[in-house]
Amino acid sequence: MNKNIILYSALLIFGVLAPFMLPAFKVQLSILCILIVLALTWNIQGGEMGYNSFGNILFYGLGMYICASAQVGMFFPLAEWTESGGEKTFVHSPTQFFQGMAFGLLLAAIIPTIVAGLIGYAILGLRGHYFAICTLGLGVAAGEISGGIEIIGAGQGFTTPPFPNVGSLESRGQFFYFLSFIVLVLTFITVKSVYSTRFRLVLNAIRDNEDKAEAMGIQTMKYKIIGWMISAFFCGLAGGIMGGLVGYIDSTDVAFDGREMGVFMVLMAILGGKGTLWGPVIGATLFHLFKEGFWTYFLGWQYVALGVLIVVIVIYFPEGLMGWLREKYPERFGEVVDEADRKAQVELK
Amino acid sequence: MKIRNIIITFVSALALLLSTSVTSFAKVVGDKIILGSAISLTGKYSSNGVHTQNGYNMAVDRINSMGGIKVGGKTYKFEIIYYDDESNPKRAAQLAERLISQDGVEYMLGPYSSGLTKAIAPVTEKYGVPMVEANGASRSLFTKGYKYLFAVLAPANLYLDVAIDLAVEKNGGKPVTVAMAFEQDAFSQDVRLGVLEAIERTGSKKVIDDKLPKELNDMAATLAKVKAVKPDVLVVSGHTKGALTAVRQIAEMKVDVPMLAMTHCDAAKLSKQHGKNSQYALCASQWHKTLTYKDNFFKDGMTYDADFSKEFGYAPPYQAAESSAALLVFKDAFERANSFDKVKVRDALAATDMQTFYGNIKFAKGGQNTDKPMVLFQVMCDGDKCENKVVAPTKWASAELIHPIPSWSKR
Amino acid sequence: MDLLIFKVPILMVQASLDGILLGILFALIAYGMALQWGVMNIINIAQGDLVILGGYITYFMYLSGIHPALGVIVAPAIMYFVGVGLYKLVINKVVDRDLFISILATFGISILFMQLMNFAFGADVVLANSEFGTTMLFNNSVTLPNSKLFSALISIIFAIGLVIYMKKSKLGRAIRATAQNARAAKILGVDTEKVYAATFGINAALCGVAGSLVAITFTIHPYMGLPYTIRSFMIVIIAGLGNLPGVAVSGMGLGVFEEFADYILGTEFRIGSVFLLLVLILVYRRFKLSKKREYLK
Repeated sequence: MNKNIILYSALLIFGVLAPFMLPAFKVQLSILCILIVLALTWNIQGGEMGYNSFGNILFYGLGMYICASAQVGMFFPLAEWTESGGEKTFVHSPTQFFQGMAFGLLLAAIIPTIVAGLIGYAILGLRGHYFAICTLGLGVAAGEISGGIEIIGAGQGFTTPPFPNVGSLESRGQFFYFLSFIVLVLTFITVKSVYSTRFRLVLNAIRDNEDKAEAMGIQTMKYKIIGWMISAFFCGLAGGIMGGLVGYIDSTDVAFDGREMGVFMVLMAILGGKGTLWGPVIGATLFHLFKEGFWTYFLGWQYVALGVLIVVIVIYFPEGLMGWLREKYPERFGEVVDEADRKAQVELK
Repeated sequence: MKIRNIIITFVSALALLLSTSVTSFAKVVGDKIILGSAISLTGKYSSNGVHTQNGYNMAVDRINSMGGIKVGGKTYKFEIIYYDDESNPKRAAQLAERLISQDGVEYMLGPYSSGLTKAIAPVTEKYGVPMVEANGASRSLFTKGYKYLFAVLAPANLYLDVAIDLAVEKNGGKPVTVAMAFEQDAFSQDVRLGVLEAIERTGSKKVIDDKLPKELNDMAATLAKVKAVKPDVLVVSGHTKGALTAVRQIAEMKVDVPMLAMTHCDAAKLSKQHGKNSQYALCASQWHKTLTYKDNFFKDGMTYDADFSKEFGYAPPYQAAESSAALLVFKDAFERANSFDKVKVRDALAATDMQTFYGNIKFAKGGQNTDKPMVLFQVMCDGDKCENKVVAPTKWASAELIHPIPSWSKR
Repeated sequence: MDLLIFKVPILMVQASLDGILLGILFALIAYGMALQWGVMNIINIAQGDLVILGGYITYFMYLSGIHPALGVIVAPAIMYFVGVGLYKLVINKVVDRDLFISILATFGISILFMQLMNFAFGADVVLANSEFGTTMLFNNSVTLPNSKLFSALISIIFAIGLVIYMKKSKLGRAIRATAQNARAAKILGVDTEKVYAATFGINAALCGVAGSLVAITFTIHPYMGLPYTIRSFMIVIIAGLGNLPGVAVSGMGLGVFEEFADYILGTEFRIGSVFLLLVLILVYRRFKLSKKREYLK
C-alpha cells in the first residue's frame, strides 16, 4: 500500500506542477486529461461490463452543447448569440464567464446523466454487436440532428464565450488545464472506489455471463444503467470543458465527433488494456504521445500511421498493454503461477 | 509472440523519440521570417486546402526570388511552417495553439474554410498574433471585434446576393421566387444569410430552403421540389461537392430554372468535369483571371494564371489566388512597419491600402476586405469548349449574361 | 416541416421511385455486408471505402476514354483481388475473433484506405459522365435519370447472378456450408481459409460494382465511404442475417424512407432521421423479444 501512496502523490504533484514545468504544452496536457477521462469511463462499459459502446460520445457532445448554451443563455439571448449574421457583440464580464461556466458544467454533468438513465433501459437491453451498432447510430443521429437546430448554431457552429481578460496570457490555459485535471482526479477516484466494491464484480459477472448473473438474482439492468450514468456524468463534464477549450463547436466535427473521439476512446482503452483500472490511463497517454508525434513529423501521413496503428493494436494487442504485461509477469499482478504449468502453456502456444 | 515484442519495442522507442525531440522555431531565424499555418491536407476540405497551400507556396517562392522582404535595412525571406488540421475545427484550434506557444510563431496565415478560421481566430486573438487569412469568409468572423484578424476576401454574405439583384433586374424590377439549397457548414450558411437579405431587400420570396447534410451526394429530392415549384432562381452552395452534384443532377433530371447561381465552380473544375451540362451556371468568385488588377510580383491575373498552371499543372481557382495575395499583404505590412513587433505589424496590416493582381486590399474595422467587389461569371460553351466569362459587375464583364437559361428541351 | 409533397402529390411518385432506385444500390452493398457477416462473422467498416475505390477505377477508365458503364465489369475484377489481398494481409487474423475486434480492425483499414486514396487520386470530388440521358414519365413531371435506372438494373443482375452462383457452383456451396458450420465444413474437407478469402473477394467485387454505379450516378471523393458502410449495416440489421430477399426489401424501404424524410422533415434531418430509425427499430425489436425473455442475437 505504501508504494501506492508514493505513486499517487507523485502523480498528483506532477499533475499540479505540470502546467508550470511545461507551460507550452498546457493545451495538450488538458486534452490528455480529457482523453483519459473518456477512456476511463468507456472502460466501465467496454472493459468491465462487456458492452462495447460507441455511444458515449453522445454524452460528451451533449455536455459540450449544454455547457456552452448555459454559459451564454444565462446572460444573453442565445438565439442572437448564435445567429452569425448578428451585428451585436456580447461580451462576458469575468464574473459572468466563470459563473456561467460553473453553472454550465453543472448542467453538462447532470443532464447527460439523466439522459443515460432514461435511454439506458431501452438500449442496454441490446446485447453484443447490436448494442455497439445501436449506440453508433445514436451518436451519429445526435450529430446530424443537432446540426439542424437553429438555436445552437446549426451548420454555422457555435462560438463559445471567449475567455475574459483576467490575469496573464497564461491564465486561460491554466484555467482549462486545472479544470480538466480536477475532473480527471474526480473520475479516477470515483472509478477506483467503485471498482473496489461489489459493483465491479457485478459488472464482470454481466460481462462473463449475463444470463447466469441474472439467474443468481442480480438485477443486471439496474447495474448496467448505473454504470452508464456514471460514464455519462463524467463524459458530459469532459465535453463541457472541451467546448470551452476549443472555442468553437461544430455538430459533427467537434461535439458528436464519433468518427474521431468516439473511436479514440475505445482504442485508448484497448491499447492500455480494457478491464483494468490503469489500462485506459496508460493507453490514453501513449496514444496521445504517439498521435502528437506523428502529427508534427509526418505531415499528411498521420492518418496512414493511425490506420496501421489501429490494425496492429487490435490484431496483436487485443488485451492491451496491461494484458500483455499481466501475461508476461503474472506475479506482479498478484497471480500465483505454477511454473511448470506456465511452461507447458507456452509450449502449447 | 515474438512479433508483439518487436512491435512493442519499436513503438515505445518511437514514442520516446517523438516526445522528447521538441523542436522550436522562433518568429525570425537568421534571414527568415517564419509564418505558421494549419492547413487541410487531409479530410473533406483537402482539395481546397491544397489550393490554398499552393497559393501560399507560389507567393513565397515569388517574393523570395524577387528580393525578399526588407526590414530595418536587411533582407529577409519568408518561410511557412505547415501543420495538417485534418479539416477539423478542434484540431485547427489545437494547432494554432501549438504553432504559437510551442513553435513560437508570431505571424499566422489562415486555414481553408470559415469553420476552421472561426476555430483559430480566438486563439490568435488571445495571443495577439496577426493573422492574414484568405479563405474564411463567414461574416460572423468580422462582427466579433477581432483586432488581429485580416481577411483579403469579401465576406460570404456578398457572394450571391448580387445574383438575386441581377435576377430582379432581368425580371423588370419585379420580385422573383428563389429556391435555395445550402450545405450545413459555416461558409455556405453564411452565403445563405446574404441571399436571404437580398430576398428581403427586393421583396422576393423564398420558396424552397433546403440545408444539405455534409455527407450528402444526392440532391434529387431538392431538385424534384424545384421542378414542382418552378422558381425564378435556384441558388446552390456546398463547396465543390455541392457544385458538382447539383450540376450533374440538374442535367439528368432536366430541371429548368431561368437562373442557376452557385459557388465553387472553378475549384470544382465544373466546365471540365461536366462540359456542356454546366453551361449557363452563374458562379460567384472572389477573383477571375481577366480582372485588370496589377502588381509587381505576379503582374496581372493572366500572368498569374499562366505561371500557376505551369507550376502546379492546373488553372488556379480563386482560392489559390487569394492565398497568394495574403502573402503580398504580409510583405507589404512588414516593410511598412519596418519592425517585427507584433503590434506594429498589426497596425501596419490595419493600414494596408494596396493593389495586387487579385484585387485592391483595404481592411475595414472588422478585418474584412471592403475594397474588392465579388465577380460573377457564367459558364459559356462554344461547341464543346466551355469557358468562364465574367458577366458582372459591368466594369469587367467580358460577356452579356444569358438570361433566362434556355430549357433543356431546346438545348 | 415542409408539406410541399402533400400539395403536389406527383412528388410522392418521384420520391418513391428515387428511393427505390437508391435503395437497390444500397441493397447491393448490403448484400456483400451480409455475406461476409454471415460467413466470416466480421463487420467490415471499410465497406464504404471499397465502394469508393471501385468508383475510382471506373473514374480512371472514364478519364482514359472508355465508357464508364464498362466499369461494372472491370472494377469488380480488380476489386476481387484487392479483397483477397486484404484478407491475406489483415482480415484472416480477425475472422475467429470477437466481432468487435473486426469492427475496430476494419475501422483502421478504412482510415488507411481513405488516406491512401487521397494521396493516390487527390481529394477532388470527381464523377464519371455516362451521357445516358433521361426518362420522362407522366407528362414530364417525373424524371428518372437513365443512369439511375442503369445502376438499379446492374445491381439486380449482379445480385441474382450471385444468388444463382451460390446455389449452383462448388465454391458457392462451400461458402454456404462454411456459413452454416465452419467446423463441420472443415471436417468434410472444405478449405475454409480459401472460402473466407473468396468470400471477402466476392464482397469486394460487389463493392466494386456498386462503386462504379456511384461514380456514374453520383459523385465520389476519398472521404465519402462511411455513409455507405453505415447504411449497408442498417439494411442488414433490419433484414436480419441470412435473409437475402429481406435485404432487397429493407434496402428499398430505407431508400424510400430517406426520400420521404427529406420532403417532410427537411433535408437537414434526412440522415439524422435514418439513424434514429435504426435505433428505434433495434429498441422495438429488443422490447418485443424481451417479452419472451429473449434478446437479439
